[in-house]
Amino acid sequence: MNTISKTLLAISLTLLLSFQTIAETAEEKGLAIAKEADLRDTGFQDSISNMTMELKNKQGKTSTRKVRVKTLEVTGDGDKGLSIFDKPNDIKGTASLTYSHALKPDEQWLYLPALKRIKRISSKNKSGPFMGSEFAYEDISSQEIEKYAYKYIKDETINGIDCFVIERYPAYEHSGYKRQVVWLNKQEYRPEKIVFYDRKDSLLKTLEYSGYQQYLDKFWRADKMHMVNHQTGKSTLLTWHDYQFKTGLTDKDFNRNSLKRAK
Amino acid sequence: MKTRITLLIALLTPCLTYANEWSGNIAVQSRYFMHDPAIQNTEQHNHYLSMSAEPEFYHRWDDDNQSFTFKPFIRLDQHDDERTHGDVRELVWQRVFDNWELKVGISKVYWGVTESQHLVDIINQTDAVENIDGEDKLGQPMIQASFEKDWGLIDVFILPYFRERTFADTEGRPRTFPTVDSGQAQYESSDKENHIDLAIRWFHMIGNWEIGLAHFDGTSRDPVLQLQGSTLIPFYPQMNQTSIDAQATTEDWLWKLELISRDVLNDRYYAYTAGLEYTFVGIMQSDADLGLVAEYLYDDRGNSATSFFENDLMMGLRLALNDEQSTEALLGFIIDTDSQETLISLEASRRLGNRWKAELEIRTFQHVEQNGLLQSFKKDDFIQLDLAYYF
Repeated sequence: MNTISKTLLAISLTLLLSFQTIAETAEEKGLAIAKEADLRDTGFQDSISNMTMELKNKQGKTSTRKVRVKTLEVTGDGDKGLSIFDKPNDIKGTASLTYSHALKPDEQWLYLPALKRIKRISSKNKSGPFMGSEFAYEDISSQEIEKYAYKYIKDETINGIDCFVIERYPAYEHSGYKRQVVWLNKQEYRPEKIVFYDRKDSLLKTLEYSGYQQYLDKFWRADKMHMVNHQTGKSTLLTWHDYQFKTGLTDKDFNRNSLKRAK
Repeated sequence: MKTRITLLIALLTPCLTYANEWSGNIAVQSRYFMHDPAIQNTEQHNHYLSMSAEPEFYHRWDDDNQSFTFKPFIRLDQHDDERTHGDVRELVWQRVFDNWELKVGISKVYWGVTESQHLVDIINQTDAVENIDGEDKLGQPMIQASFEKDWGLIDVFILPYFRERTFADTEGRPRTFPTVDSGQAQYESSDKENHIDLAIRWFHMIGNWEIGLAHFDGTSRDPVLQLQGSTLIPFYPQMNQTSIDAQATTEDWLWKLELISRDVLNDRYYAYTAGLEYTFVGIMQSDADLGLVAEYLYDDRGNSATSFFENDLMMGLRLALNDEQSTEALLGFIIDTDSQETLISLEASRRLGNRWKAELEIRTFQHVEQNGLLQSFKKDDFIQLDLAYYF
């Protein structure tokens, strides 16, 4: 092939590629970004971590929650999660087990240690506050691609980080949100900031991630997640400690008996 | 205060060095009865103060495959000498193997799904002096083996020692007239409280359904109270009971059933509780949830039933504010569809700060019939306040 035809081929390829870029709708691009982010977080198998929540009300008064969290990655479905509550003291020993699903309702059980009773509970309350905090159940549940419809908005640099800005619209029932705007780190495909709009599309909350650490050379986890509710003036700082991955957890660590003896 | 309590416990038990493995609560309770006692010149009072403590020691080792739990309970009541009592709620060693687990010691087991009464729940004896709702239980000595199979969970229980129900003393309230003398308890079995009871349970999840099937053979937890002279003597017959409990869970509804068939004193009867629960989330644009509970309670012995619930309807409203203080309230009505005898209860709780919790309970008895099963509670409407410190 001579140089001219090579150049022509290169030009036409470039044109073709740029046409494809143009032809890709904002929705397709949004979905493609979400898929890439999901792919990059696939394969962690399981994780164990400790979570501390500091709830702050308008007057600045704080209270603390402590939860130990175990997660089992389930390929092709939502993850399984076991949460054990350590603080406040009156709910110490309470535990919850969740089998999350993309669009099907999650399955959820609560273990009440005083009665030694396991209660299967309705998973309808997605928009309700998690332990009285500014995090809703849907904010901390397993994030599956199918849970939202996506739309790419623009590129933007925040705090010196190049980000994709995408909007996502909950596709599951009973969400408290009309939409969420996500700033996703272009390099690492991890969220840096999420702004939540309520069902009436009014600004509700802002979540900011900080102190990212990479585990097993692949998985990024933020040490701190700070949620501010603009409508109430309350905020919650969620801090993650002692992350462990691939610890060898199996389905057996996420069943009824393990819920009962979780302490 | 926490430091002082922890220190005290650590001093009392020098062999247990893991002070942070202690948790539990200490509570003060005030119970006020709204009316004078039904029978004049009794020794009963209108106001009762009491204190309780329920510490728990928990230790695990062997990669979390073994654990030890010790949970004593004590209540000191101002007037009722029988309500002043202690119990070992738990003293148990647990070992987890690959596909099964073993538990040996004193422990508590809960079976069932309904809210108004707990027909299927049969392993532990009721600590009846604690409350009339039957939800407080005495520790039960047991050997429990639990096997996980693809087709469900099998639990086998050997229960080597029987616990007698607790009853209020002459100064206690509410109580039966006359009082029950537990010291003279009688048994159908010649082994008395040493009769070895057996139970087996299968539990499985199938789609949105959770189903439990159980069989129990042993000493009845429900005594027959026999009038002898001027006291009531509890008589504990042998019985066997087969039960089903099931719950279907959809996103909006919970459907529940508990059904028992019991053979006791040459008579077989059945009873069930069937009901549903619906929850409205985020009511009135708040974070609060409002749950509606309705249950029907049936006992085929009808009016001769030893239980009050023989043909009754329970309606409940459950409110959870989902706030920082976990404020919750449950208002319940149980109405006898024949006699209109009604039991109304309100239970509410709220956390105060990080370590305290206040609980309010009100129970009233309406349209009580002469010679009805609620008769001895007729004047015993009460309001109770608990303040507990958690460490």
